Amino acid sequence: MSDFRTLVEVASALDAGTISSVELTRDVLSAIADAKSLNAFITVVDERALAQARVADDRRAKGLAAAVTGIPIAYKDIFCTRGVRTTCGSRMLANFVPPYDATVVERFDAAGAVMVGKTNMDEFAMGSSNETSYFGPVHNPHDPNRVPGGSSGGSAAAVAAGLVFAAMGTDTGGSIRQPAAFTGVSGLKPTYGRISRYGMVAFASSLDQGGPIARSVRDLEVLFGVAAGFDPRDSTSAELAVDPARHKPIDALRIGLPKEYFAALGDRRVAASLDTARRWFEEAGATVIDVSLPNTDVAIPTYYVVASAEASTNLSRYDGVRYGHRCEAPQDLEDLYLRSRSQGFGREVKRRILTGTYTLSIGYFDAYYLKAQRVRRLIRDEFVRTFADVDVLLTPTTPGVAFPIGAVSDPIEMYQQDVFTVGASLAGLPAMSIPCGWVDGLPVGMQLIGPHFGESLLFTAGDAFQRATDWHTRRPGRKP
Amino acid sequence: MTWDVVIGLEVHVQLATRSKIFSGASASFGAEPNSQACAIDLAMPGMLPVLNADAVRMAATFGLAIDAELPAESVFDRKNYFYPDLPKGYQISQFERPIVGRGHLDLKLPGGGVRRIGITRAHLEEDAGKSLHEDFAGMTGIDLNRAGMPLLEVVSEPELRSAAEAAAYFRQIHVLVRYLGICDGNLNEGSMRCDANVSVRKSPSDPLGVRTEIKNLNSFRFLERAIEHEVARQIELIEAGGTVVRETLLYDPDRDETRPMRSKELSEDYRYFPEPDLLPVVLDTAQLDALRQGLPELPNAKRARFERDLALSAYDAEWLTSDPDVARYYEAVAATAGDPKLAANWVMGEWSAAMNRDAARTSPLAAEQLGRLIVRIKDGTISGKIAKTLFDALWKDPNKTVDDLIEAEDLTQVSDTAALAALVADVIRDNPEQVGQYRAGKTKVLGFFVGQLMKATQGKANPQALNELLKDALAEVRDR
Amino acid sequence: MTILEKDIDKLCALARLGLDADERSAARTDLERMIAMADAIAAVDTSGVVPLAHPLDATARLRADEVTEAVDRDAFQALAPLTHDGLYLVPRVIE
Repeated sequence: MSDFRTLVEVASALDAGTISSVELTRDVLSAIADAKSLNAFITVVDERALAQARVADDRRAKGLAAAVTGIPIAYKDIFCTRGVRTTCGSRMLANFVPPYDATVVERFDAAGAVMVGKTNMDEFAMGSSNETSYFGPVHNPHDPNRVPGGSSGGSAAAVAAGLVFAAMGTDTGGSIRQPAAFTGVSGLKPTYGRISRYGMVAFASSLDQGGPIARSVRDLEVLFGVAAGFDPRDSTSAELAVDPARHKPIDALRIGLPKEYFAALGDRRVAASLDTARRWFEEAGATVIDVSLPNTDVAIPTYYVVASAEASTNLSRYDGVRYGHRCEAPQDLEDLYLRSRSQGFGREVKRRILTGTYTLSIGYFDAYYLKAQRVRRLIRDEFVRTFADVDVLLTPTTPGVAFPIGAVSDPIEMYQQDVFTVGASLAGLPAMSIPCGWVDGLPVGMQLIGPHFGESLLFTAGDAFQRATDWHTRRPGRKP
Repeated sequence: MTWDVVIGLEVHVQLATRSKIFSGASASFGAEPNSQACAIDLAMPGMLPVLNADAVRMAATFGLAIDAELPAESVFDRKNYFYPDLPKGYQISQFERPIVGRGHLDLKLPGGGVRRIGITRAHLEEDAGKSLHEDFAGMTGIDLNRAGMPLLEVVSEPELRSAAEAAAYFRQIHVLVRYLGICDGNLNEGSMRCDANVSVRKSPSDPLGVRTEIKNLNSFRFLERAIEHEVARQIELIEAGGTVVRETLLYDPDRDETRPMRSKELSEDYRYFPEPDLLPVVLDTAQLDALRQGLPELPNAKRARFERDLALSAYDAEWLTSDPDVARYYEAVAATAGDPKLAANWVMGEWSAAMNRDAARTSPLAAEQLGRLIVRIKDGTISGKIAKTLFDALWKDPNKTVDDLIEAEDLTQVSDTAALAALVADVIRDNPEQVGQYRAGKTKVLGFFVGQLMKATQGKANPQALNELLKDALAEVRDR
Repeated sequence: MTILEKDIDKLCALARLGLDADERSAARTDLERMIAMADAIAAVDTSGVVPLAHPLDATARLRADEVTEAVDRDAFQALAPLTHDGLYLVPRVIE
C-alpha cells in the first residue's frame, strides 16, 4: 500500500511511536513489490532494509534518533553501496558489487536511514527519459505510458508512487529537476561542491551533483542537511559549512524572471501554470522583476560539449580488465577493449563517448571544448551578475509535461528537454524543481535557481509556496 | 666528417612520499602484486583523486633548487590513452601549466668546465602500473602497485651534445634530488628513469634533425650506451642515404641495440584537457619563502665550501659531495675529529672501502666514533696502524666505543721514554750486524729497527718517540 | 561539418569502441548533427574570456602525506574477470 506522507510527517509518527521503522519498512517493501510494473527499482534489498530498520528502532528507543532515523529511502543506482550491486543502469556494471560506500550513503547510514533499494536510471545518467537504462524504461506513476523523465527517473517515480519517502538522485544537466517535474515531486540540485561525489559513478565531473528527491521542500531541506557537507575525499567538495538558518522571509525576497526562459517556453498551458506561481509570489509580498540572461540559447550546446568531453574520458576506465563486463574469449588486447566496451555500453553512451572524443581531439579542441569552456564562463558570470539584483530566479523546469515512452527517438530533440536546467548546471548554482500546476492530468514543475551556496533561499521560497498550495500533495490516480 | 649531436632528456623522478600522489595507498616498494593498489588506484567507479601535499612541496623544492620560475597556479590535465597498466584510461599529468617553469642546471662537463643547461619545465604526474610479460598461459599480468606513484618529470632543453654529457646530466640530477631529499635515487628500483630524445645534424647551424625517443633508461651506463648506439645508427643511416624516422625506441641492454616499440606505432592523440576532478594548485609566496629557507646546502655550494673552508683538494671535495649521505657523514666525522683532511682520508679510505665491501646502505659505524678514533690518532694515544685494527673492531661491533676498546685491549701507545729507551738498547745490543750496516751509512736499515721495536711493543710504540730514541741511540753507538 | 567514414574509424580507435554496421551509420549522422548543434557556440564572442573548468573559482586543497587506504586485494580481485597469483590478466601485450 503506497504511503504518501512526507518524510517530516513520518518522522513525527516514528517519534510519537505510532509506527515502528520495521513496520514502516515492511509496508514500503510490500508497496515496492506491488509496483514492480513501474520498473522504478533495479535492486531491492528486503532483508538488509529490515535489519537496518531494527537497528533504527533500537536507536530511537535509546533516544538517539536523528531526523531521518528509521525512514526508508532509496538511492539512484549510481551511488556505490558496499555489498549491494551498483549498476549505473548499464550492462557494463550489471554485476558490479562495490566494496565501498559512497559518502552520501555513509552519511545517511550514520543518520540511521533505511536503504530499501537502488533505483533505475538512464545508463550512466545519460538521458532525459529513463529509456536508456539497460534494465528497461521506468513508467511514470501518473501515466504508465509516459516517461518519468531522466536520468533519475526511477528515484522520482518511486517517490511519486509512494514507494519511498525520499530518494537520492544525481543531476548533471537536469537529471533531478526534470524527473521531479515530470512526476510531480520536489527535487533539489545543490550548489556544485555541496554534496560529495565520492563513490558516485562519474558522468561529467565538473557538473555532477547529488541531491534529494522528496514530496516537499521541507523534506528536501532535511535531506540536504544530512547529505551536504565537506568531504576530504572529493577535491571539489566545498569547505563551507551548511547554515541551516533561513535568512530572509518570503516578503523580502526579490524574484527574477529570466525573459529568455519564458520566451523559449512554447507550451502555453505550462506558461499559464508558471504565471499563476509568479502571481502567488507577488501576492505573498515578494518583489518580482524581469531579468535577462542573454546566453541562454547557447547553454545546451555548451553543456553537451563539456559534458560529453568529460564523460568520454570518465568512461575509459571500463575496459574489462579489473571489473565490469568483459567479452567472451578475446583474441587480443584490442579485441578485449573493443568488444567489452561495445557490448557493455548502450547506444546513447557510445554516442556521447564519440562526441566527447571528437571535441577533445586534435584540430577540434579549441573550436569545441575550449570554446565551450569560455562560453561557460560567460554563462556563469551572467548568472552571478543577475544575483546581485535578485535572490532567486523563477523559471519553468521543462518545456512541457511528461511525454509518452518512445515518443522522442531523436537524440538531438531529446537534448532540448534540458533547455531550462543546463544553465544552472554549467554555472554550478543550486536549483530546485517543485510542482506548480497540472496539464492533461500530468504535473508541471517550476524551477527556482539560487546563488552559489544559497540553498536556504530556495527553501524559503519553495516552502512558502507549498504551505499555500497543494500541487505537491497530488497523487497519481487522483486527478483533480 | 663530424656530426653535431643534439640530446634532450626527460628524467622521471619518483618522489619519496609515504603515500601515492592521488590516494592514501602505501608508496613503499616491493610489496606483493596489487597489494598496494587501493580502490582509487584501481580506478573503481566513483573514486576520486586527492593531491598529496608532500608531492607538491617536493616539486616546488626542486623548482627552487634549479632557480626555476614557479607559477602561482598550476593545473592537472588528463592524458588519454588505453593501456592495461593505466587503470583510468588516462594519466593525470600536467600539460599546459606545469608546477615548475623554466630553470637551469650548471652541468659539470665530463671533459672539465661547466655549461648551463636549460630545464624547460618539470611537472607532476602519476606513474602507471607494470605489465609482466612472463608467460601466464600466454597472457600478460598486470600489477598496479606502481600505479599512482608520484613522479616529477624534469624536461631539459635539447642542449646536451654527447652521450657522456647526457649521462653526466642524469647523474647530476640524481645527486641533486638526493640532496633535496625528494627521491631515494634508487635506480634499481626504478626510482629514476630517463627518456632521451636524440637527433643529429651536420652542422650546429643546420635545423634540428628528426629525433627519436629512447624510452625507459634506468642506469647511467645504459643511458650513455643507448645514446651512443642511437647516434651511430642515425649517422650510419643518413650517410647511407636514408632518413631518420620519428619513432619511439626501446633499448635492449643485453643486445646493445634499440628497437621500435610496437605499442607506440599508432600515433596517439592524447586529448589533453584539464582534469575536472582536481582544482588548480596554488603556490603562494609565503609557502615558497618557507621552502626556500629550508633548502639544504646544494652540491655545488657544498663542494666550493669544502675546498675553501676545509682546504680540501678539488678531487676530495668532489668525491665527498657526490652523495649527500657521504657528505653528511664526512662532515660529522670532521667536526668530531677537528681535522678535515685526516677525516677526508679516513672517509675516502677505510670507511668507503668497508661500505663497499659490505654493500652497506647506512654506516654501522657512527660518524662520531670515527671522529673520536681520529682524535686518538692525533693526540698520540694510538698509532695509525692500531687505528686500522680498531676501525675494523668498531665496524664489527658498533656498540663499543673507541676509548673502551683502547683500554680493554691495552692498545695505548707506548710513549714512556724510559721504557722505550730500554727496548731500544736491547735491540741495538741484539743486532750488531745491522748496527754495523747503519754505521757504514746504510740508513735504510733504520726501518729494520723500527720493525723490531714495533714487534716488541705489539705496535703500540709511539713511532715519533721511537724514531727519536733510535736515532739518538744509534748515533751514540757510532760516536763510540 | 561532414563526418567521414575515416573520422568514425579514428574516433572508434581512440575510444576503443567497436560498432556494428547499423551503429556506424547512425553514429555518423548523430555526430554530424551533434556537431551542427555545437557549432552554435562559434557565434558567441568570447574574446578575452578565460575558459572556465570549474564552476566555482576554488583552488586545490591538499591531502597530508599519510597512508590511509587499506587494500583488501582479494575483495578487489573478486570483481575481476580474470586474475592469477594476484595479477590481473589480459591477452598478451607486445611492447
